[in-house]
Amino acid sequence: MMADLSCEFAGIRSPNPFWLASAPPTDKAYTVVRAFEAGWGGAVWKTLGEDPPIVNVNGPRYGAMLGRDRELIGFNNIELISDRPLEVNLEEITAVKKDWPDRPIVVSVMVPCEESAWQRILPKIEAAGADGVELNLGCPHGMSERDMGAAIGQVPEYVEMVTRFAKAHTRLPVIVKLTPNITNILYPAEAARRGGADAVSLINTISSLIGVDLDSMSPIPAIDGKASHGGYCGPAVKPIALTMVADIARSSETAGLPISGMGGITTWRDAAEFMTLGAGNVQVCTAAMVYGFKIVEDMIDGLQNWMDEKGYTSIDQFVGAAVPNVIDWKDLNLNYVEKAVIDQDLCIKCGRCYIACEDAAHQAISVRGDGEPIYEVVDEECVGCNLCANVCPVEHCITMVPLRDGTDPRTGDPISGEYMNWSMHPKNPFREV
Amino acid sequence: MMGRNSKTPEIESNRLSPEAYADNFSDLHPMLSAHQASIEAARCYYCYDAPCIKACPTGIDIPSFIQKISTGNRRGSAHKILEENIFGAMCARVCPTEVLCEQACVRTLGENKPVAIGALQRFATDPVLDDGSRLFERGPESGKHVAIVGAGPAGLSCAHRLAMLGHRATVFEAEDKQGGLNEYGIAAYKVVDDIAQREIDYILDIGGIDIRFRQAIASAEALSELGKKYDAVFIGLGLGGAKALGLEGEDLDGVMNAVDYIKDLRQAKDLAALPVGRRIVVIGGGMTAVDIASQTRRLGAEEVTIVYRRGPQEMGASAVERDLAQTGGVRIRYWAKPVRLIASKAHVVAVEFERTRGGRNGSIEGTGEKYEIDADMVFRAIGQQFSAASLDGSSDLIALRGGRIKVDGERRTSVAGIWAGGDCVDGGQDLTVVAVEDGKIAAHSIDRYLHREDESADNGDQVMDGQR
Ligand SMILES: Cc1cc2nc3c(=O)[nH]c(=O)nc-3n(C[C@H](O)[C@H](O)[C@H](O)COP(=O)(O)OP(=O)(O)OC[C@H]3O[C@@H](n4cnc5c(N)ncnc54)[C@H](O)[C@@H]3O)c2cc1C
Ligand SMILES: Cc1cc2nc3c(=O)[nH]c(=O)nc-3n(C[C@H](O)[C@H](O)[C@H](O)COP(=O)(O)O)c2cc1C
Ligand code: SF4
Repeated sequence: MMADLSCEFAGIRSPNPFWLASAPPTDKAYTVVRAFEAGWGGAVWKTLGEDPPIVNVNGPRYGAMLGRDRELIGFNNIELISDRPLEVNLEEITAVKKDWPDRPIVVSVMVPCEESAWQRILPKIEAAGADGVELNLGCPHGMSERDMGAAIGQVPEYVEMVTRFAKAHTRLPVIVKLTPNITNILYPAEAARRGGADAVSLINTISSLIGVDLDSMSPIPAIDGKASHGGYCGPAVKPIALTMVADIARSSETAGLPISGMGGITTWRDAAEFMTLGAGNVQVCTAAMVYGFKIVEDMIDGLQNWMDEKGYTSIDQFVGAAVPNVIDWKDLNLNYVEKAVIDQDLCIKCGRCYIACEDAAHQAISVRGDGEPIYEVVDEECVGCNLCANVCPVEHCITMVPLRDGTDPRTGDPISGEYMNWSMHPKNPFREV
Repeated sequence: MMGRNSKTPEIESNRLSPEAYADNFSDLHPMLSAHQASIEAARCYYCYDAPCIKACPTGIDIPSFIQKISTGNRRGSAHKILEENIFGAMCARVCPTEVLCEQACVRTLGENKPVAIGALQRFATDPVLDDGSRLFERGPESGKHVAIVGAGPAGLSCAHRLAMLGHRATVFEAEDKQGGLNEYGIAAYKVVDDIAQREIDYILDIGGIDIRFRQAIASAEALSELGKKYDAVFIGLGLGGAKALGLEGEDLDGVMNAVDYIKDLRQAKDLAALPVGRRIVVIGGGMTAVDIASQTRRLGAEEVTIVYRRGPQEMGASAVERDLAQTGGVRIRYWAKPVRLIASKAHVVAVEFERTRGGRNGSIEGTGEKYEIDADMVFRAIGQQFSAASLDGSSDLIALRGGRIKVDGERRTSVAGIWAGGDCVDGGQDLTVVAVEDGKIAAHSIDRYLHREDESADNGDQVMDGQR
């Protein structure tokens, strides 16, 4: 019996939780149909605005951060919203919906901060047969200079107001897409909830300059020798997205508000992580742009196999499962001690752990042996920081092992099974007694 | 000359220490570690319309299975492989990947170092055999029953696919073990730990497949009997006899078929007990020639020489196979053909060869120049042929082409209701993976045929003057 991946998000049903995010892959019927054929559970249509459509640059609009084997890690863009007429988009949405009734199409919208603009566009989207609307309050480049996108998303009052406009003029579920270009994600999330949002989605892209061409002295991507900042996404932004999703999921102010998670999702594992931190479904852009729609196949089958292995039969059984374990630093147990352990059978003798610890941690790795070096952790010095394990090129070669009893050879303190956080710690001058 | 003729041939067992036997016949390419697999999998570019997929005779979606290794979805990866090739674990070990998928890898073009697809395939599939997790279920029972001749890769691939499609299969196998050449032919160091049997046990676990051992279907009557009793028949009986050299004295002691010796080797409980000559001459240029040479060398033969009548380009064994033999100490001599077996007391002691050169239209001709090579054992490895005798006259019934069974694209023979695949059909490449694909294609064709049969039964009147 394979696990059931069907999901209901803010009242919108889809056969699986993998939706395409509003971006080039959802720009037109042609690509959305290809995506549905490949198995994507739903799509958020490329952001629509008012006519006349915007005009994009006619040169490079992307820049990439590559790993050493040219694997794309981070992705930057200066593209604007849809540059095709509204009517054309709406007709295509209607046509695709007709052929794919079980796949939700949520339509992303961005219009100026005036109620009349929302009043004009939303009924048209509803009439086209969309399953929901997503308010693009997040685009950090271009559109924000025109007082839209992140220019709205960065001001909680505007977020609330625009959400109200939207709720007043459509019966469709309203998803508010948040920008990460802000100090605390809870402000716009709470504002969206106050405005009546049915859900939030995050993250949109992060303001970025991807690099500088050292010959022309222009940042990239350069348009006629000049560049403007863009929005950053792809695998590199996942940690930023995760913490924001978790913050919303665990705040009492926003508790229960459905979250559509995105930012760097490339594999089923990434998706599962977002979902355990409270995302009811996920959206993907960069991975589809880099690898094509086919990657959804492994997302579906990988998630299913993982669920089978863990005994989950439906996704609601693990959505939010990690949320109770996200706590404040002050609540971490300071009596808990781990030490790094190097598996000598897996060690390939590169010495990276040694130099990292020696130069930048706690000088807790010894090297001995003539000829082939043997690297070992000195428990008397190891603070359990995990730097060595993070720089080790071999998976599972360095593991962190908890001390369960005895004393910590570094501090001489007995290992206590008892929980003690900073507020209770004897060294805390402001200890709560 | 006289001196040698009076010499006694040196054929002995126990040539090596027990450790040396164990070492020589240990796993040729051991399983990748998790570390190796993760690095190798990361090298795959996940190409669009990937050339490796087209180069795999079974069409495995290679980029997808490798990506699934990267994402930690190893079960999904195995599923991807086995859905196209149920013998994925065997093929991971025996496919000449250097001329199949890996040759097509874009990294071959880019940096002359393809992704190690075969090794990754083994990494993905072995765990499934080890833990026996069932990835495929029998289709809803169709009530149809298919007879299969031969429990080799072709026959069992067909049987498994038929089971997935809901049909029952009864396999008639001449030997008392399943697997065909997986069990009796493939070089021992490619298939350690009884993998051939373990894989087939896994395949049969789907259910609905029944193997009858020691039941050769060796006559036209027996075959047409099957045709009457079952809803369809698939023939996958491989190749029978090894080709003869056409020389006088082929029945001398010490002259034998490579495949027969390999069969003994594969079934030997104790390799040390297997007698092997000090000097070996192998005649041929294919996989079998290279395998018998490598394996006798590993059994302790001191001088092993393959003699092939053409050049390296024409040789059936791939460059990788040849390298393996040569680095193991086997000598390969090109452009010579045997002309005389030299004997002493009814035992071969040497072979006389004549040098050859390429003639017109790809033919070869002797140059007249001759040389001898001493030999305690001489192996024939110039190919096996489909012995129509194994169907004993039934070739009248079933049309042949190029000496093997003639089939169409769907692996249908000239006789309605009978399919064939694997080494016994014309156009085959004598590769395990090709046999597996044949069985799969035939199963789908049989399935369509059985459904059509049902349909025509439903509107019975029309069948009366129908085509069949
Ligand atoms: C020495 C050697 C090494 C090889 N190495 C490789 C390699 O490394 N890689 C590779 O890809 N390929 C290799 N091959 C080729 C590969 O083994 C074959 O292509 C493959 O096994 C063909 O499968 P098959 O099912 O058609 O026939 P087989 O494997 O020959 O199976 C036929 C089955 O039918 C049975 N049978 C025969 N006659 C009858 C009958 N009358 N009634 C009932 N049953 C019968 C046989 O006992 C056998 O079980 C090698 C072949 C040889 C000989
Ligand atoms: C080229 C490009 C264009 C985008 N256009 C839009 C857009 O029109 N509307 C929108 O809401 N988000 C847009 N995004 C942001 C994505 O929808 C998504 O929020 C972001 O890329 C993070 O997800 P990812 O890491 O999977 O790419 C765009 C992203 C890219 C790369
Ligand atoms: S991807 Fe390349 S070919 Fe396609 S539009 Fe962009 S620049 Fe042109």
